[in-house]
Amino acid sequence: MSTTTDPRSAITVADLTKTYRARDREVRALDGVGFTVDAGTVLGLLGPNGAGKSTVVKILTTLSQADSGTATVAGYDVRRDGRHVRRAIGYVSQKPGFDPLGTGVENLVLSGRIYGMSPRASRGRAEELLERFGLADAGRRLARTWSGGMQRKLDVAMSLVHRPHVLFLDEPTTGLDPEARADLWAEISRLASDDGLTVLLTTHYLEEADHLAQRLVIVDHGRVVVSGTPEALKRGLSGDAIAVDLADRDDADRAVGILGRLGGVRELTRDVGTLRARVDDGAAALPPVMAALDAAGLRLAAVTVSRPSLDDVYLRYAGRSFDAAAESAASRPDGTGPDGTSAEVAA
Amino acid sequence: MSTSLVHTRLLTERSLRTLARQPAYLAFTLVQPLVWLLLFGQLFRNVVELPGFGSDNYLTYLTPGVVVMTAMFSAGWAGTGFIVAMDRGVMDRDLTSPVSRAALMAGSLTSQSATVVVQTLIVMVVGVVAGARFDGGPLGWIVVVAAAVLLGCVFAALSNAVALLVRQQEALIGISQFLVLPLTFLSSVMLAPSLMPEWVADVSRFNPVDWAAVASREALSAAPDWSVVGGRLGLLLVLAVGMACLATRAFGSYRRSV
Repeated sequence: MSTTTDPRSAITVADLTKTYRARDREVRALDGVGFTVDAGTVLGLLGPNGAGKSTVVKILTTLSQADSGTATVAGYDVRRDGRHVRRAIGYVSQKPGFDPLGTGVENLVLSGRIYGMSPRASRGRAEELLERFGLADAGRRLARTWSGGMQRKLDVAMSLVHRPHVLFLDEPTTGLDPEARADLWAEISRLASDDGLTVLLTTHYLEEADHLAQRLVIVDHGRVVVSGTPEALKRGLSGDAIAVDLADRDDADRAVGILGRLGGVRELTRDVGTLRARVDDGAAALPPVMAALDAAGLRLAAVTVSRPSLDDVYLRYAGRSFDAAAESAASRPDGTGPDGTSAEVAA
Repeated sequence: MSTSLVHTRLLTERSLRTLARQPAYLAFTLVQPLVWLLLFGQLFRNVVELPGFGSDNYLTYLTPGVVVMTAMFSAGWAGTGFIVAMDRGVMDRDLTSPVSRAALMAGSLTSQSATVVVQTLIVMVVGVVAGARFDGGPLGWIVVVAAAVLLGCVFAALSNAVALLVRQQEALIGISQFLVLPLTFLSSVMLAPSLMPEWVADVSRFNPVDWAAVASREALSAAPDWSVVGGRLGLLLVLAVGMACLATRAFGSYRRSV
């Protein structure tokens, strides 16, 4: 039995590598991933499809083994103390893990019994979780008759029966409608705040990570590209984005010249009739920008100021927009990158 | 150890619950053997009149053989449970829980054995109703059930191993097509060894299907030779345990694939 050096870390990951060997090619899924998760916090592991998120989760849950590197969960080494790790974790994989021909109660009771709870304690815990997740009315119906959102909640509830220390949620809301997703978000938020659970959440929804996670780790091509709190990452972009839509796109060249001479306007780009730039303080920068354009007689269709989004963060550190990364990962499943840069910028 | 037994029981209950809620599946696996029993029983009725067959009622001879075939055929599909569990997230959930691989295998084999017991009793009763006559008494029936269960475990373990290695339902078709039928015809299930070509009779001595059929028929006869029964059951037991151990190792292949 081994313990981590820092007892506050519920998960430590260092230099994990993993290569899958298919018939005629090798797929480098992980290329030196490392991060830690503090106890009682939610970590969002973020990245496009094929970035290596699920591989990390499979190694941490002992389902798979890394080629090299070390990882501990709840103080136990995933390679040497797999038995202890499995007792300490709950795991909700991307695929449904309940028995569709069992009722909600039967699924939950079986989970409890597998972790050594008595039949009576399992039943009590099952009723408690059904109540908590708003599933009590459906508890005695076969799970295959439930809606997708209810089934996903059952998956989460089953992973909580034995009161784990660390919960792994692998893309928990993929495929859910917006209402069910918001519903599940509320439950996940409560897990960390009320129960003191450590949660590792993978997602390819930036919005989801922003909403739920205290810390983010963005991975791409099997490496960590950046990590930090959502706020710090966004602040790291230094400044707000402003966008100016000109009423007449032929004015764009003149407008670029005018804004280029204004102080504090950076990263000025032009896209047909729309100008985009970054400024320190959007609210303060807007009046001089509008005044300068007005003085030159240019008419404006719209002006917007926006705080940096996680999409901007992704664009900044992964070097491409999130959607584009998802597409390229989908079209090139081997997941190898154009270059091997992995600047780890902790904010 | 006791934890593993508890897990085996819980997983067996889960499988049997699934089966109980799909009773059509059990009925479906019985259609084929009952057709064999009644069709072949009629078709080859006069085969017993050949000199040297050694029995005067073909249904009495054939019924234990059909029991053995039924056990093999239904056990050959046991891996379907693992494939469904892998396609869904159930296998991943089980493997990240305290459940051991041995318990997962044992749970599958135990629930398959329960199915085989039910099927065996149904085929035997239909055989008796159709005219088979068994002199062996209750002990003979118990041996028939034991032989069918052990042979079922051999094939269920094989099916589970193929499921874990190949992870495709289609691969299981190979077991019934390329293994079960040839092994049946290379055994004394349908025809007494004295009437077989010599090479088939030789091969059948190494055929687990033949072990089960011989033990069953012997135990059901008026004066069983218990050394024959015990020897064949012993061989089946060793083979079943060996296959179960090998199949449990196949979890490693699945783990490398995830």
